[in-house]
Amino acid sequence: MDKKEYKKMVDKISPKENKFKNAVVSFLVGGSIGLIGEIIVVVLMNCFGLGRVESYAWLALILVLLGSLFTALNFFDNWVSCAKAGLFLPTTGFAHSIASSALDYKKDGLITGLGANFFKLAGSVLLYGILSAFFLLIVRLIIGA
Amino acid sequence: MEFVRAFIFAGVMCMIAQIILDNSKFTPGHLTSIFTVLGAILSFLGIYDKLIAWAGAGATVIISNFGHLLYSSGLIGLKENGILGMFQTLLCSSSVAIVSAVVFSAILAIIFKPKS
Repeated sequence: MDKKEYKKMVDKISPKENKFKNAVVSFLVGGSIGLIGEIIVVVLMNCFGLGRVESYAWLALILVLLGSLFTALNFFDNWVSCAKAGLFLPTTGFAHSIASSALDYKKDGLITGLGANFFKLAGSVLLYGILSAFFLLIVRLIIGA
Repeated sequence: MEFVRAFIFAGVMCMIAQIILDNSKFTPGHLTSIFTVLGAILSFLGIYDKLIAWAGAGATVIISNFGHLLYSSGLIGLKENGILGMFQTLLCSSSVAIVSAVVFSAILAIIFKPKS
């Protein structure tokens, strides 16, 4: 059996994911997180008298807390496999990536397990975020007087 | 109306990510990195502030906001104190997300047991 035939067979056997349904579900879930976030921001602004920027910071804190808590309680992985991009693209996904690698590697010890693998998944977001921001700022420094 | 805009913006961003995920070999790790870099680029072009003004929390819950926060807080330092200022303030605004994720995850990882 050559490679082409094998690929055909794999395509035939592997279950077809419904791309349209996935897109709709992630739209609804991601949109709901945005909507809940906006509600939290409005509540913080009106009931606690916070400014807009401060409320956004509190919102990030709340989302990170919820994301890591539900990961620790083992709910989040099941939810991500249903909602996919709707859950890993918001800030909850960042918290989930740190919390899940912390939980998974805890068994290898506090230093060589938890410590060494803490940023295993979130490292790429931090690295490329900081790198891109840095170089864009350098570009800005060169262009803008 | 601001609630509808927040819903639509966050939803559309997640839907775009899901469509890319389904039609390419990228993993969620690739996508979150790409969207973070995209946020920094949009912030560089001055678009992200307008997106936040339009969609409110819809734009700040997405991971792209992380790139925006990095760039915008670095820019504040760059204007005040030059190159050194940029190094000093780059992480200022995004510190909330990073520190909270580290602290909560560490505490929770020690308390809870992983899935067997």
